[in-house]
Amino acid sequence: MTANSAPEALIRLFHVHKRYGPKHALVDISLDIPKNAFYFVTGPSGAGKTTLLRLLYLGERASEGQILVDGMNLSRIPAKRIPFLRRKFGIVFQDYKLIPTKTVFENVSLVLEAAGKKFRLIQKKVRSVLRTVGMEDKAEALPPSLSGGEQQRVAVARAVAGDPKIILADEPTGSLDEDSAAVIVDLLKGFHTRGGTVLLATHDRSLIKKTGGRVVHLHQGHLKEITPAGLDDR
Amino acid sequence: MMRFYRRAFQDIIENRFVNTLTVITIALSVLIVSAFVLFFINTAELINPWQQGARIMVYLHDQVPQERIEPLLRQISGMYGVDHATFISRQEGLERLKKSMKRQPSLLENLKENPLPDAFEIRMIPESQSEAAMEVLATGLEALPEIAEVEYGQQWIGRISSIVGLFRLGGYALGALFFAASVFIVANTVRLVLYSRRQEVEVMRLVGATDGFIKAPFYLEGLILGAAGGALGLGGLLAAFLFASTSLDQSLAGTLLKLRFLPLSTVAMVLAGSMLVGWLGCYLSLRQFLGQTPLSEPL
Repeated sequence: MTANSAPEALIRLFHVHKRYGPKHALVDISLDIPKNAFYFVTGPSGAGKTTLLRLLYLGERASEGQILVDGMNLSRIPAKRIPFLRRKFGIVFQDYKLIPTKTVFENVSLVLEAAGKKFRLIQKKVRSVLRTVGMEDKAEALPPSLSGGEQQRVAVARAVAGDPKIILADEPTGSLDEDSAAVIVDLLKGFHTRGGTVLLATHDRSLIKKTGGRVVHLHQGHLKEITPAGLDDR
Repeated sequence: MMRFYRRAFQDIIENRFVNTLTVITIALSVLIVSAFVLFFINTAELINPWQQGARIMVYLHDQVPQERIEPLLRQISGMYGVDHATFISRQEGLERLKKSMKRQPSLLENLKENPLPDAFEIRMIPESQSEAAMEVLATGLEALPEIAEVEYGQQWIGRISSIVGLFRLGGYALGALFFAASVFIVANTVRLVLYSRRQEVEVMRLVGATDGFIKAPFYLEGLILGAAGGALGLGGLLAAFLFASTSLDQSLAGTLLKLRFLPLSTVAMVLAGSMLVGWLGCYLSLRQFLGQTPLSEPL
């Protein structure tokens, strides 16, 4: 089912299937996500939200169908080009995925180091993004010493540090209290306001209602419909 | 590049216990293997002068006329393996004997006639100083009717050479064994470090780090461990060598042979070899580990 179509799609999925043995995680997903969009991906547990996000950054390959990200066809991308695809994304996880033995500063700078940026630029950029997320004074702290909300702010800082085109956020507020969750969503909205595209997987309906944007509804691996966030009453 | 060095040293410090064990293992392997090399070098030094002196004495029958001497000399000089041959007349032989026995002149005083035969002294070319080559030449000489006896009293050189050869073979086998063991130990050390950094590797992949970026510090770590182990092993060998050569110089052996340490080129080769051990250990570990890490090969 082709749910929508946009002339300037940044992400395009054509009849994408993902199977794990006999189990169908995603079934015939066709979807266009334009530039500078804020999309939620929602649905109950096991609907395929995380799988959909993983297919986009090539955490796994689709079993069938085509995916285009910023002009790159993921079914044809050679293994050595995968890092360059991943640099188009900033990824935020529910469990933060910060390196516990590295300081906040080092965690964020890793993205820029991996992209081969120069030392001075890294210093400047990391300070800047940590200031944006309000974590500048915790730059030398180790992640385990931070609260969940603070760790997720660091994760957002890491996600935006490399100036990605797209942020993929997989249940980024799932383990946070309401206030911390609001901060994270504000940060993601800020990224969107500056021209970025956000794809946020969540089953938190109140979050969707408050934030706006568009909502991709998944159910048992099928794309049911795409609606504006305000109309979501399910 | 600096960040790779920083990370490599950081890894070594963070896992200092296992890294120290690895360096010691490499050092012991280097010590044992290079001790063998040192032994070969010095035994070769010892044997070469003896081999250079390898000669065959050919004694003639009494009845050989003087006019046959010159053609025989030419014939023997043309034989395979002969460097040069010298005729030693029975008088000259006796003079030499007297000279060498000048401390016991009474032994020769009562001789009524010269008991020595005419002889040829044959020096071998270096390539034909093996026991086998000398035997072949001796057989050829014995076939000449003018020759009564062929003597080459240095068959034992061949035997020593065979023993040294056996040692050398053992050295190669031990070298290969220690090389493999060291590679295996470095591979395990790097694997431990990799497992402790599993999450970090996953995150690096997630943020778009290339495999080269991820691997570089580990390779550096392997090279550093290899170099440190090599330097430590060679240092140990040098210390043992200095101690041994000082003791030997004071004994009789010191007058027979001049001990020398490994040449600089061999030291460089041993160091390069131990660094290769470090690199290879890393390579094997990384190849196995990165293939299993999440996000390495999209499913």
